[in-house]
Amino acid sequence: MFFVELFAQSLVQGSIYALIALGLTLVYGLLRILHVAHASLFTLGAYIGVLTYNATSSMALTLMAAMVVSGLSGVAMFRLAYQPILKQPPHVALIASIGLFIAAEECFRIVFGASGLSFTNPPLQGQVQLFGGLRFKQAELAVMLGTALIIGVLGWLQSRTRIGVACQATVSDPQMAESFGIRLNTVRDLNFLIGSALAGFAGVWVALLNNLVEPTMGSVPSYKALAIIVLGGLGSVPGTLMAALVLGLVESFGTVYLGKVLDRNAIAFAFLIVVLMVRPQGLFAKR
Amino acid sequence: MDYEISLVTTIGITVMFALSLNLITGFCGQISLGHAAFLGLGAYTSAMLCQAGMPFLLTLPLAMLVAGLLGAVVGLASLRVRADFLAITTMGVGFIFIGVVRQQEWMGGEMGVTGFPGSGLGKTAFMALCLALAALTAGVSLYIQRAWMGRVFKGIAEDEDTMRVLGIDVPRYKLAAFAIGTALAGAAGGLYAQNLKFIGPDSFGFVESVTVLSMVVVGGIGSVFWVVVAAALLSALPGWFQFIGDYKLLVYGGLLFLMMRFSPHGLAGIAARLTQLLKPKGVAGQGAKP
Repeated sequence: MFFVELFAQSLVQGSIYALIALGLTLVYGLLRILHVAHASLFTLGAYIGVLTYNATSSMALTLMAAMVVSGLSGVAMFRLAYQPILKQPPHVALIASIGLFIAAEECFRIVFGASGLSFTNPPLQGQVQLFGGLRFKQAELAVMLGTALIIGVLGWLQSRTRIGVACQATVSDPQMAESFGIRLNTVRDLNFLIGSALAGFAGVWVALLNNLVEPTMGSVPSYKALAIIVLGGLGSVPGTLMAALVLGLVESFGTVYLGKVLDRNAIAFAFLIVVLMVRPQGLFAKR
Repeated sequence: MDYEISLVTTIGITVMFALSLNLITGFCGQISLGHAAFLGLGAYTSAMLCQAGMPFLLTLPLAMLVAGLLGAVVGLASLRVRADFLAITTMGVGFIFIGVVRQQEWMGGEMGVTGFPGSGLGKTAFMALCLALAALTAGVSLYIQRAWMGRVFKGIAEDEDTMRVLGIDVPRYKLAAFAIGTALAGAAGGLYAQNLKFIGPDSFGFVESVTVLSMVVVGGIGSVFWVVVAAALLSALPGWFQFIGDYKLLVYGGLLFLMMRFSPHGLAGIAARLTQLLKPKGVAGQGAKP
C-alpha cells in the first residue's frame, strides 16, 4: 500500500513537472534557448491565481486569468527579450534569461511581499477515495486529469490542424518552413503563448496544493524543468512527458531510500547525470 | 580602513574565482553552471584540514588538488555532452555538491563549519596574500592564453570538430582546462573560507555559480583584463549599492539581462566598439592630409 501511495504522489508531482517542462521544451525546440525565466511565468500564474480566487471565488475565472496573463507575458518576454538576440551564441540568451529570472523574482518580492500570499478559503481540499484505499485531495486529482486533458488536446492540435503542422515544420526546418509561406514569428508567438499559459496553469495548482505562493517558488521547478527537458532529449514533446513522470518517480522513491545521503534535488540531478553519461542524447530521443 | 581592507580582500578572492572560470568557459568554451561547487570543495577542504590542525598555507595546495581532481572528473562529462547539455550537467554537479554537504554531519550539515583556526596572518597580510594570488592567477591566465595551450583552447571554443580533424587531442585539452580552472577555484575557496571564517552549503549554491558566470560574461568572455575589471566591479557593487538596499538583486538581475540584450560581448565588446567609434576620426584625419 505504501508503494502504491508513493507511486500516486509521484504521478501528481510528475504532472506538475510535465506542465512546466512542456512550455520549456516548446521554446527549446523552436529557438534553441534554455528559457530559465519560464519559471517566473509559473510564479506569475500562481500570484494571479490566488488574487483572482480571493476576489471572485471562481475556479474557472482563476484558471482563465492566470493562463491569459502568463501567456501574454510570455509573448511579451519573447518579443522584448529573446527576439533581438536570437542570432547570438546560445550562452547569451541563457545568461539574459537567468538575469530576467532573478529580476522577476525580486519584482514579485517587492510587489507582493516576501512572506507570500495564500488562499483565504482554498477550494478543492476534500479527500477522495479511489480503488479501495487510495486517498487523493480533489485538487491532486484535478491536476492529473487536467494535465492528461491538456496533453491530449495539444497532441491533437499538433497533428491534426494546419497551425500545428506549421509548428512541427518550423521546428524541423525553419528556413524551409518559411519558404513554404509559414510566418515564423506567428509560430513563435503561439508557442510562447501556449507554453507560458501552461506554466501559469501549473502555478495555480501548485499554489492550491501548498496553499502558499512565494516569490521564490519558481526556482526549484525552474532547474528541475531544465533537467527534465534534457532527460527527454531537448525539444522532444513526448520525451519530455515521459521524463517528467520518470523524474517524479525517481525523486519520490529516491528520497525514501537515499534521503540520508542526498537531498531531493541532488537525487534528481544525480539521476540526470547518470542518464546523460550513458545516453548523451537524452532518455527518449532518437539519435 | 578595516572596511577597505576587507573589501579589497573580497575583490581579490572574487577576481581569482572569476578568472578560474574564465579559463574553462572563456578560453576553452566549455560552459559551466556549477563552478561554485569547486569554490566550495576548496573551502571545505581547507577548513576541515585547518580544524585538524594543519597550518593554513599548507591546506591551500591540498584544496587545489581536491578541487582539481574532482574538476577533471566533471571535465569527463564535457567529453560526453556539449553546449546546452553540458550547462545542465554542470548545474546538476552544483546541486549534488550542496545536497551531499547538507546531509553530512561531519561537514557541518545545514549549519556549516565555523570556528576553525585562523591563518595566523594579520588582516593586511592576508589581503596582500589574496591580491598576490589573484595577480598570479591573472599572470598564469595571460601566459596560457599566449601559449600553445591557449591557442588550442581557442580553437576548441570556436570549432571543436575542426580541431579534431587537425589531429589535436581535444579530450586532453578539455580535461586540462577543467583541471586547471577548478584547481584555481579550489585555491580561491581556501581563501574564501579563511576570509569569512564561516562556510555553509548555501554559500556555494546555484546563485553563486551564476554570479561568477555573469562576471565572466559581463567582462567579455575570454578577455582576462575585462574579466578582472568586471569581477572587481561586480563584487564591490553590493557595497556601493547600500542605498538601494532592498532592490540590490533586482538591479543585479536587470543589469545582467540588459548587458546581454544590448552588448552580448560584455565590457570588452563595449570597449571595442568605443575604439571603433574613435578610429574613423583618426582615419579621416589621415585621409585629409595631402
